[in-house]
Amino acid sequence: MSWFRRKDPKLEGQTTDEERKVKTEGIFVKCPECSEPLYKADLKESQQVCTNCDYHFRFSARDRLATLFDDGEFELLDEEVSSADPLDFVDSKPYKDRIEQAKKSSGLPEAIISGKGRVGGHTVFAGAMDMSFIGGSMGSAVGEKITRLIERALHENGAVVIFAASGGARMQEGTLSLMQMAKISAALAKLHEAGLPFISVLTDPTTGGVTASFAMLGDVNIGEPKALIGFAGPRVIEQTIRQKLPKGFQRSEFLLEHGMLDMVVDRREMRQTIIRTLNFMMNDATVRRKK
Amino acid sequence: MKKETDDKNAFERVQIARDAERPYTNDLLETIFSDFQEIHGDRRYADDPAVVCGFAKIDDYEVAVIGQQKGRDINSRRHRNFAMPKPEGYRKALRMMKLAEKFGRPVITLIDTPGAYPGIDAEERGQAEAIAFNLREMANLKVPTIVVVLGEGGSGGALAIGVGDRVLMLENSVYSVITPEGCAAILWKDAAQAPRAAESLKLTAANLLDLGLVDEIVTESEDWKIDASTSQSGGEVDNSKFEKAANELKKAILQNLKQLEKMPFEKRMDERYKKFRNMGKFIC
Ligand SMILES: [Zn+2]
Repeated sequence: MSWFRRKDPKLEGQTTDEERKVKTEGIFVKCPECSEPLYKADLKESQQVCTNCDYHFRFSARDRLATLFDDGEFELLDEEVSSADPLDFVDSKPYKDRIEQAKKSSGLPEAIISGKGRVGGHTVFAGAMDMSFIGGSMGSAVGEKITRLIERALHENGAVVIFAASGGARMQEGTLSLMQMAKISAALAKLHEAGLPFISVLTDPTTGGVTASFAMLGDVNIGEPKALIGFAGPRVIEQTIRQKLPKGFQRSEFLLEHGMLDMVVDRREMRQTIIRTLNFMMNDATVRRKK
Repeated sequence: MKKETDDKNAFERVQIARDAERPYTNDLLETIFSDFQEIHGDRRYADDPAVVCGFAKIDDYEVAVIGQQKGRDINSRRHRNFAMPKPEGYRKALRMMKLAEKFGRPVITLIDTPGAYPGIDAEERGQAEAIAFNLREMANLKVPTIVVVLGEGGSGGALAIGVGDRVLMLENSVYSVITPEGCAAILWKDAAQAPRAAESLKLTAANLLDLGLVDEIVTESEDWKIDASTSQSGGEVDNSKFEKAANELKKAILQNLKQLEKMPFEKRMDERYKKFRNMGKFIC
């Protein structure tokens, strides 16, 4: 079995996690794309986008929600929902310890946070995933939080916006993780029937079971520039077909070209684009008729 | 319906589920189903031989059958792409479901795949979207739907035809978020740890019944197998023993069909939603 070799040379056009992470020391950060030294204060101002070449650094879940909602105000939801260890799973360390460590190092209760607020005046239920919590992986708690978010939107005639960032399903919860794909998609089916919007924003990276469920089910699917988006990871594909992948493969722009995304939007334009979309989609008359 | 005994470990079941003598979709179409008429193509791009769809009869019921199909020799394996569907396979499956819905016929799906195909062309044509869309549409399909895991239930590639009113698993079938080899390579950096991964992933029918992820286990008699040597040489296959063994599955499908048929529509849809809605174990 060799298709999961970890020490593969870097794939073309890919950057390592290390390069993507904004270094916390010092007041400068070097852009991994254009090598320009950037003031951290400027980066914060520009929502972690390089002011020289528009490279998108990783963006935290909290920052996502704060930059989405009107005046940055929102009510956090379902914070008490967090991961259990239903299978008593132990790999190089117990899953229980992994969860505790992730909580400490990320400062987050789960790989997603969710909140309710207003966006351009519309009632919006939004979730944002965070790669710093076990690779943004989706287990039972993530599935439950997203499902509750959708059910709340159904109940209160709101819209749903989710920023995906995930390596896929959480292996340590086995088939329970897999079934979260069905659970969330079933809730989205109800939202769809009710004539309420779901806007899916796919950020770097969105792969596996997250892409193959809610992230691809938006009424519109929006990608951030150059985000890695796919079903199978690039390494798995390379090992299966035994050839190099074309340049730009599985990047947002590639998906746009192949008809899988509606738009690729710069993070600094994201809120305005979502408001524009909600203005079209939020239609009380439709929702009343469908109920 | 009885619980499987603990005479085999998880990895042994994985190997049984993958065995070339394991009954495949086409073997069931020739035994417990009759009058099969295959349909082809997704009307978008191509026909995917990894997925077989068509009209069939089981007892007096007209049903739609959708199944992933493996091959027993090198040519048929290649032709079926080792039962790894591409987006067009999932889209063909959905076409079949929508036809069944239009004409008010129940849907029976047969899961047997190592996973959805991971390739450049599959990604270009939206493998993720094809799977995702099936999940949403199956959740809302108006006709009774019975899912049977025959052999390998390989992750999202299996689930994409796996949302239904009832989910049945054959005694030695498995259903997992990742292959034991893949899991071992990632978590233990050693594919040889696959047996340990198989145990940890809790992927057997008994495990999944306990976790509330499937509804029923169908027992397998020792004749739940196809004589691979005869079918390979193209000679006459003596199916009589297997036919008897397959009767257990036929009974289980018919019993569920009868129950679902009697249920009021709203109740059936509501129960399907709640079943998947309640899957998961977490702290709150
Ligand atoms: Zn730059």
